[in-house]
Amino acid sequence: MGNSKNQQLDEGMSLGARRVLANVVLIILSFLCLCWFYVLFVNATRSNGELTAGFSPIPSTHLFENWNNLIHGTQPVLFGMLNSIIVAGLSAFLCTYFSTMTAYAIHAYDFKLKKPMFTFILMVMMIPTQVTALGFVQLINKMKIDDTFIPLIVPSIAAPVTFFYMKQYMDSTLSLSLIEAARIDGAGEFRIFNTIAFPLMKPAIAVQAIFTFVASWNNYFVPALVLHSDKKKTLPILIAQLRSADFLKFDMGQVYCMIAFSILPVIVVYLILSKYIVGGVSLGGVKE
Amino acid sequence: MCRGNRSQQPVISEENIKEKEESVLSNQSSEVSQARMEATYNSANGRGNKNVVKYNRWGYFFLIPFIVVYIIFQLIPLVSTVYNSFYENYMSGLKQIGPNFVGIENYKQLFVSGDIWIYFKNTMIMWILGFLPQIFFSLLLGSWFSDNRLKLRAAGFFKTVIYLPNLIMASAFSMLFFTLFADSGPVNSILMQMGILSEPFSFMSNATSVRSLVGFMNFIMWFGNTTILLMAGMLGIDPGLFEAAEIDGCTSTQKFFLITLPILKPILLFVLVTSLIGGLQMFDVPQILTNGTGDPMRSSMTLIMYLNKHLFSKNYGMAGALSVLLFIITGILSLIIFNFSGNKEAINRKAR
Amino acid sequence: MKKKIVSAFLCTTMVASMLAGCQGAAQQATDAASDTASQATEAVADTAQQAADAATQTADAATQTADAAADTAQQAADAASEALDLSADTGKVLNIYCWNEEFKSRLTDHYPGYEEVDATHGKIGDVDVVWNITPSDDNAYQNNLDEHLLAQADAAEDEKIDLFLVEADYALKYVDTDYTLPVADLGITDADTADQYQYTKDIVTDSNGVLKGVSWQGCPGIMFYNRDIAAEVLGSEEPDDVQEFVKDWATFNETATKIKEAGYNVTSTTNDTYRVYSNNVSSKWVDGNTVHIDENIKKWVDDSKVLVDAKETTTAELWSDDWKKGFYGDVFAYFGPAWLVNFCMADGEEGSVATNGRWGGVVGPQSFFWGGTWICGANGTDNPALVGDIMRQLTCNADIMKDIVEKDDDFANNKTAMAQMAESGYTSRILGGQNPLPMYMEGAEKIDLSNLSEYDQGCNEEFQNAMKNYFDGNAATYEDALELFKKAITEKYPELTVE
Repeated sequence: MGNSKNQQLDEGMSLGARRVLANVVLIILSFLCLCWFYVLFVNATRSNGELTAGFSPIPSTHLFENWNNLIHGTQPVLFGMLNSIIVAGLSAFLCTYFSTMTAYAIHAYDFKLKKPMFTFILMVMMIPTQVTALGFVQLINKMKIDDTFIPLIVPSIAAPVTFFYMKQYMDSTLSLSLIEAARIDGAGEFRIFNTIAFPLMKPAIAVQAIFTFVASWNNYFVPALVLHSDKKKTLPILIAQLRSADFLKFDMGQVYCMIAFSILPVIVVYLILSKYIVGGVSLGGVKE
Repeated sequence: MCRGNRSQQPVISEENIKEKEESVLSNQSSEVSQARMEATYNSANGRGNKNVVKYNRWGYFFLIPFIVVYIIFQLIPLVSTVYNSFYENYMSGLKQIGPNFVGIENYKQLFVSGDIWIYFKNTMIMWILGFLPQIFFSLLLGSWFSDNRLKLRAAGFFKTVIYLPNLIMASAFSMLFFTLFADSGPVNSILMQMGILSEPFSFMSNATSVRSLVGFMNFIMWFGNTTILLMAGMLGIDPGLFEAAEIDGCTSTQKFFLITLPILKPILLFVLVTSLIGGLQMFDVPQILTNGTGDPMRSSMTLIMYLNKHLFSKNYGMAGALSVLLFIITGILSLIIFNFSGNKEAINRKAR
Repeated sequence: MKKKIVSAFLCTTMVASMLAGCQGAAQQATDAASDTASQATEAVADTAQQAADAATQTADAATQTADAAADTAQQAADAASEALDLSADTGKVLNIYCWNEEFKSRLTDHYPGYEEVDATHGKIGDVDVVWNITPSDDNAYQNNLDEHLLAQADAAEDEKIDLFLVEADYALKYVDTDYTLPVADLGITDADTADQYQYTKDIVTDSNGVLKGVSWQGCPGIMFYNRDIAAEVLGSEEPDDVQEFVKDWATFNETATKIKEAGYNVTSTTNDTYRVYSNNVSSKWVDGNTVHIDENIKKWVDDSKVLVDAKETTTAELWSDDWKKGFYGDVFAYFGPAWLVNFCMADGEEGSVATNGRWGGVVGPQSFFWGGTWICGANGTDNPALVGDIMRQLTCNADIMKDIVEKDDDFANNKTAMAQMAESGYTSRILGGQNPLPMYMEGAEKIDLSNLSEYDQGCNEEFQNAMKNYFDGNAATYEDALELFKKAITEKYPELTVE
């Protein structure tokens, strides 16, 4: 329905009119994308009392007060930030490195179980993550690694989706002749992977690093099941904890301030790496 | 909606760009994983001659980390989930009930109550409500971004911005929506000031509005991804085709429907599959928006929210059975679409 | 003076820890000696003897030092006896499980000898206090607590839970098991708890009548009404007059109509009154394995439906923006305990009813309570004496309880302390100069909670959720909503059936 309407609208339109239409639609969509950040920021500047009075689009003056309360409150906010950076950073690194390695194994070598392995990993991709959550928690309790970062970081090594992405990327960028040339020069297999294959994958790694980082950064479900001691908690858990604070300390201003605070690092990481996502065409340049 | 959705889409985008020197059709066809898989395998076999053979055991070494971690952290939990689905096993207060072997009793219970199909339907409706605008705007934006003649000024800015909503935690996003669409919230007061409503509309107690809100949020969060993917696919189309079409007097709309869409078909199918898998896993947004109730009358309760209900009593049996069923549903739906696209590929190939 | 007391405390703490340490060593030595009795050499026995002697000597010396150092002999004696008690404890770590910071600040501020080390660690004497705080969202707190309680028997000494907190709605789930120790086993006598309100004891009394927890706070609720609306609609803003208009539910509902005619809502949401009805039931939610819907709960449904249909109230969630709207006017009444009006009703915000001091308090149609935290001792604790002492100090010591009232604005669970406070001429600015304490005290005495079941949390929550659909219309009849409730209950508690 939308399509046909668009068709009529578009039919025989001059370039100028189409440009205007495109800009209008894009501006509306950009507004829809950005207004949430504005609302979050505005709410972070308002006191709890002002927030109970209802929403207002005008920023207030309590940003620093909220921030101070947050930092000097009982929640280990800065620890949370550090923990989140450790968990998300290491997850992103392990995930991209080992997914590339797995993809490389399938891409560069020829062995008997190659095809079954590939099919198998693709099937694994379709298992919803929540399906295994119950067994996962039982397992880590039995292994006595609850309340550590291990169950949050190490499983990212086996990420079928990232693997699949890497594999697709390698098929188009990583020529086997390059690897053979390196072999003739006498380089070891592991070295070839680290010094030749891995660096060539940089753009794909950047893209996957963002996705893994963001997913891990915003993850509440698993960390909430795994982490118990305050100093190990990540930001999403601390936010939940702030929201369930007792009535004496309940302060929505702080909650919003903390959400805004916890979004900042992801935005920074995104903006640094975004040229790889947004760049589109420039990725084609990698091909030798 | 899901991790799968997120990470898979751009794969194709790059593929497209990189292979644009090749024939357009074969380029596109290689996107579909099955065909892809086969092609890789065959070509690897073809290349795999004398030099490579002795190194091939390294293939196994490089697979070890993945396999080991996968088995420990995913396969064991998965197997225990399936195993549990045949047992009565839950907590009654602090007392453990079971595990007692009950055969397919848990599955029976799921089917007899029949609720699972209602939740399946809800999930699908909310997914479609988000997916339709998502795919529509993604195509529109993709064609604009990849149209050289349009020369959009701030294209870089727009491309960056459309992905941003994905960075907000789904829970924080839902919290905002809950505030904005409250009876006394800003949306209602604006509508009332404009004279559209005479009294506040209760968005959260109307099935259509709750579902639409969920769909809208998913749309906002994910259309950036889809756009980036489709845009790259469109950039991969040989400009010569468009030039030829222009000489023939095609309008831009005709070009879109006669050239762009057919070429994009494989990507669109792929988007469909990944988005569907993500849609089936929908949880955070409706959970927090409706406070876990799926109100009104559970019309916005998704399958995973239902699963979550069983986690309260640590009901490993029922949750396990539901998980297995969810796995089967996902598998069937994905296979249907994969097969559909796979056949298309085969036809295309023969044609060549 | 303050400094002196602090130094006295520090001294006594040091003495206590020395004593505990020496006694512990002596105890160990003695144990070791008896264990190896069959092949005991005289040397071992001698060593043990010497150690024990040394301990006694040190203890004597310490007691003398304490006497000299402390300002009053009484304090030192108390400390010494306490120290001797503690020496029976074998644990070096006190594990506390809770869901927020409230209890931690109470312990930090009011328990003699507690020193904060960092956000999750403290020290009492030479015992390390470890705080395990899990938020209650998504049932995470109970899940975590359950897991560790069940593993309590196999847990290492330092990992064992010593003390945990519970809320009224699910207290029985823990209280009615062997995982929770009777307070008598921790040295708390009936005399100790005599001054506590009966309802706070009902909540943590198991099916055999054994008391298994204590609370430092009472949370009796009253009805807060908007004085401006009362004056306009009811012709008087005086509590005595207003009470007449809300003295029972029938009158309350008639008043609601009058209030609506003037353009106001009687309550902010149907959930406001739920607690009042559900605290006054005549049967338990769950009897055996069957869920019953009590008459008073059914009455809440019927009354609420009428109110909603007449648009005299809404179906918003508690704590939502819509619910809070009435803090700035337009809502006649909220039901809640003291903390609601003091901390949650936008006091200090421009234009709010609380800032203008325009709330009033009346007992309302029925007595009820809202909130409160109970302290329980975990079976298997290796610090029973310390756990017992924490309970006694925070919930039975009248001086500390008065301190809590003054410093933290809590309503303390101590009749004597509260009676003294009530007579001290306390008035509330928010309530327009009214003294609400006598009402709270009256309410606290009247609350009857003999009809609790361990499923209350789930039943209350799911029932309100389900009935919201009925109130909202949505083509959902009472039967539909009831069906939904049954479904939700059997999901949550597979062992239950709904009649």
